[in-house]
Amino acid sequence: VNALRALTVEQQVGLLFVVLFGLLLAVTLVVALRSARTQHVEHSDTELRLLRDLRALWIGTVVFWLSWMSGPVGATLLFGVFSFLALREFITLAHTRRSDHRSLILAFFVVLPLQYVLVGLRSFDLFSVFIPVYVFLAIPVLSALAGDPQRFLERNAKIQWGITVCVFGLSHAPALLLLEFPDYAGRGAFLLFFLVIVTASAQIVQELASRRLRRRPVARHIDRSFSYRAWMSGAAAAALAGALLVWITPLRVWEAAGMGLVAGACGTLGEFVMRALKKDAGVRFWGNHPSVTGAVGLLDRVAPLCFAAPVFFHSARWYSGLTP
Amino acid sequence: MTIAVKAMGLLVSFVARLVTGAQGHWKGCPPEALQRIYFANHQSHLDWVLIWAALPGDLRVRTRPIAARDYWTASKFKHWLTREVFHAVYVNRQRSDDQDPLEPLAEALEHGDSLVIFPEGTRSNKGEPQVFKSGLYHLAERFPAVQLIPVWIDNVQRVMPKGEVVPVPILCTATFGAPMQLQPDEDKREFLERARAAVLALRPAVT
Repeated sequence: VNALRALTVEQQVGLLFVVLFGLLLAVTLVVALRSARTQHVEHSDTELRLLRDLRALWIGTVVFWLSWMSGPVGATLLFGVFSFLALREFITLAHTRRSDHRSLILAFFVVLPLQYVLVGLRSFDLFSVFIPVYVFLAIPVLSALAGDPQRFLERNAKIQWGITVCVFGLSHAPALLLLEFPDYAGRGAFLLFFLVIVTASAQIVQELASRRLRRRPVARHIDRSFSYRAWMSGAAAAALAGALLVWITPLRVWEAAGMGLVAGACGTLGEFVMRALKKDAGVRFWGNHPSVTGAVGLLDRVAPLCFAAPVFFHSARWYSGLTP
Repeated sequence: MTIAVKAMGLLVSFVARLVTGAQGHWKGCPPEALQRIYFANHQSHLDWVLIWAALPGDLRVRTRPIAARDYWTASKFKHWLTREVFHAVYVNRQRSDDQDPLEPLAEALEHGDSLVIFPEGTRSNKGEPQVFKSGLYHLAERFPAVQLIPVWIDNVQRVMPKGEVVPVPILCTATFGAPMQLQPDEDKREFLERARAAVLALRPAVT
C-alpha cells in the first residue's frame, strides 16, 4: 500500500484502468471460452443476458476511461452527449403532443447544454438548483403559452421527469469528476469509479440473489424478479464493495460502506423504476431489439447511474461539509 | 464527387442520425443493391432524408428522390444540394399537355437508378396515408422488373410538426416491407389500394 501511495495521482489512476481493463478482459475470455466449449448454437436467455451485461460493462469502462483521458471539458461533453441520447430516447417513449414542441426545444437545446456548462464551470450551487427551480417553472410556462390545455399536467410531468432523470441526474456523474474535496485534488475519477463499481455490484448481486432466492416478487406486473430480499442483498453487496474500495476515497471505512449502501440501493431502485416506465410505454427491452420506436437502449444502461449519481454527489458534499 | 459534396452528404446523414436515429428496419427484404422503387407514407419534409440516411452508403448513391423543379432549383444552394448530394430527379409541378409528368422518373429507371416516391403526392398528418396517386401504377406497369418496396416511416411528424422550424430529437424508424408486384389481372384502383395497404401494414402496433 505504501508503494501505491508513493505514486503520483496520475500513476494511481493509470494503474486503476490497467487493473479494470485486465479484469474485464479476463471475464470476457472466460465467457468466450465457455461458450466455445458448449456446442449448442442457440444461446439461452440467461447467456444472452450475460452477454448483454458484459457488453454494457465494456462500454461503461471505455466511456469512463475516455472521460478521464479527456479531462474536465471532455468529460462534460461526453456525458452531455449521453444525456442528449438518453433524453431523446425518453421523449420518444413519452408520446409527447404537437404542442409540446417548444418545451422540448427548450429542454434539448437550452436546458441540457446549460446544465453541462454549469458542471464544466464548477458552479455547483447554481448547478444544483438550475433544473429543480428555474427549469421547473419555465417548462409549464412555455407549455401554457402553446395554448393547448389538453392533458396539460400529464404532458408537463413527462417532460419534467425526463429532464430530471436524463439531464439533472446524469450530469452529477461528471460533477463527481470535478468535485474538489479538500486534500483530494485531481482524484475525482476515483469517486466516479467508486460510484460505478458500487452500483454495478448492487445490480449484479441483486440479479443473482433474485435468481437464487426465488422470493415472491413485490410488484409482479412491473418486474418478476424484484424482491425486497434481493434488493437488500444488492445494497449490502454495494456496501461491501464500498468498504473494500475505501482506499481510493477520502472517506473512512464505515463512511465508504454507508455511501456504497446508499448509492447501490438508489441505483437498483432506479433500474426498477425504469422497468415500470418501460412497461408503461409497452417496451420490453430497450436493448437493440427492433422495438416500436427503434430505441437504442442507452437509457437502460444509464438509468442506475441517473438515480445513484445525484444522491451520491449530494450526500458526499454534505457529509464532507462542502456547502451547501 | 468533390469533397464539398461528400462532406455535405456526411453532414446531412450525421444530423439526421443525431436527431432521429434514422433506424432502418428491413423486415420484408434485405438492403440489396437491386433496382427498386421505395414508396412510403409522407408526413414531413424530413421523410426523404430519413429514408436516405437509413440506407447503407452504397445504396444511397443509386437511390434518388423526386424534387419539384420550381422549388428545389430556385436558389443556388437548393439546386446544388438536390442535384449533387441527393441526385434528385426533377419534375414539373405544372402539368403541360405535351409532356408526361412521369417521363423524368422513367428516364432515371431506364438508367438503372432506384427511386423513392411518396405516392400520396402531398404530406398528410391524419395518421393513415391518403389515397395513392396513379404514378406508382404506371411505373409498375412500365417497369415490371423493378422491385416495389413499401416503406412505413414512423414518428417523423413528431420531430418537426407543420409550421415549426427547429426539429426536436425523437427516434424515428423506416420499416422496409416485402417487395410487391403488379398482378397480371389487377386494375389500377385495386393495385393502388393494395400498395397503400402494404405500407399501412408496416406501421408498428400502437400500444
